[in-house]
Amino acid sequence: MASIWEYANPVKFSKTASAVLPWVTVLAAVTLATGLVWGFFFTPDDFRQGSTVKIIYIHVPAAMMAINIWAMMLVTSLIWLIRRHHVSVLAAKGAASVGVVMTLIALITGAVWGQPMWGTWWVWDPRLTSFLILFLFYLGYLALWEAIDDPDTAADLTSVLCIVGSVFAILSRYAVNFWNQGLHQGASVMRAGAVTGTDTEEKVSNVFFYPLLLCMIGFVLLFVALVFLRTRTEIHKRRTSALLARERLS
Amino acid sequence: MIALLTRDLKLATRAGGGFGLGLAFFLIVVILVPFSVGPESGLLSDIAPGVLWLGALLACLLSLDRILALDWEDGTLDLVATSPLPLEGVVTIKALAHWLTTGLPMVIAAPLFGLLLNLPQPGYFWLVLSLAIGTPALSVVGTFGAALTVGLKRGGLLLSLLVLPLYVPTLIFGAELARRGADGQATTTPLLMLAGITFGVIALLPFASALVLRVNLR
Repeated sequence: MASIWEYANPVKFSKTASAVLPWVTVLAAVTLATGLVWGFFFTPDDFRQGSTVKIIYIHVPAAMMAINIWAMMLVTSLIWLIRRHHVSVLAAKGAASVGVVMTLIALITGAVWGQPMWGTWWVWDPRLTSFLILFLFYLGYLALWEAIDDPDTAADLTSVLCIVGSVFAILSRYAVNFWNQGLHQGASVMRAGAVTGTDTEEKVSNVFFYPLLLCMIGFVLLFVALVFLRTRTEIHKRRTSALLARERLS
Repeated sequence: MIALLTRDLKLATRAGGGFGLGLAFFLIVVILVPFSVGPESGLLSDIAPGVLWLGALLACLLSLDRILALDWEDGTLDLVATSPLPLEGVVTIKALAHWLTTGLPMVIAAPLFGLLLNLPQPGYFWLVLSLAIGTPALSVVGTFGAALTVGLKRGGLLLSLLVLPLYVPTLIFGAELARRGADGQATTTPLLMLAGITFGVIALLPFASALVLRVNLR
């Protein structure tokens, strides 16, 4: 069994990414298209929310990805700081750009959903506020990348920021919970009781759940494809600048 | 370390050190608030704890880039880094000096500014207590931000973008403690949380600050 660290070799990573990328892309497109079309056209309207419930197929997966991408960045940043594999930190950088867009999508679709349901675009609800703070963390992370010229210094500093930021993001989440009670419902899609069937009351109905699951898988695949693409581009960019520097020297 | 602390304090308090600038900024924020929201004393006393906390936070933020930038420019930081002092200790001393020159004066002056905003009577004790416990956290977190951006040409604005999200938990619990104190509600939970955050960042964040400072000095 090949070790995962083999992919720390940029050449090996690029090769694998190039081989896998078309498949992941096509799979993501198919899953997303199926999930969204199924969700939008072949599910009944919710008896209270009407057709606005269908925004769930974008809102929930985007929100899920926004958090998970930060978690992935935390892991890859740690790998960079401990084992100093360049691919790892470049993947974190690529993931951050995707993550900031996912956070924005979750916020905007949430506002669009909140307007007819709660009668307001925005409330200072804990979940909404935490997402806004997460958005700020993403912005700070990306801004730090942009601000530093030397790539290794930038990688080190952003990695430390990611780790410190994670701690403070979790802290903010609890602080915000303490600060204000909210309108947003609790987690009702993936609940331990709901999966095992012991808790049937508070769960999203299966009619909505299966297309939603498909959309979630689609978002994950889309994210994987984008990260592969962005990381490969970054590796190529590094190599180009290295070649240019060598040319100038000779 | 004591020598470093006295040096920083002397530099800050003597002419050109910018001592009191943060305090003046705090005062101006407090004075501007009634102009923007109107002079009704009921409204002012409602928002007083929050405004005072926000003013203290912004005044603290304003002086962050002075913590390390000047020492970086004249090479003091390189000398200190090559000295036998551990860099973790150095950044802790830097944060302490920053707190003594900006945080502590604000804690002392806050009741006076509370008077301007018509802070309710029971609120003064809690305001001073919350600021006294909370502002060290602001200084320590700010030192981390300053260490992150010290090598950058235009680090000032970026520093705010990086540090402000990190200030969120401290601000929430600090302002909540002051507000609850002013309203006469139970104050134990925010008090404990605020103290926990402060002691936590004092214990852990200097390691991160020293780490990024080493990267920047490389």
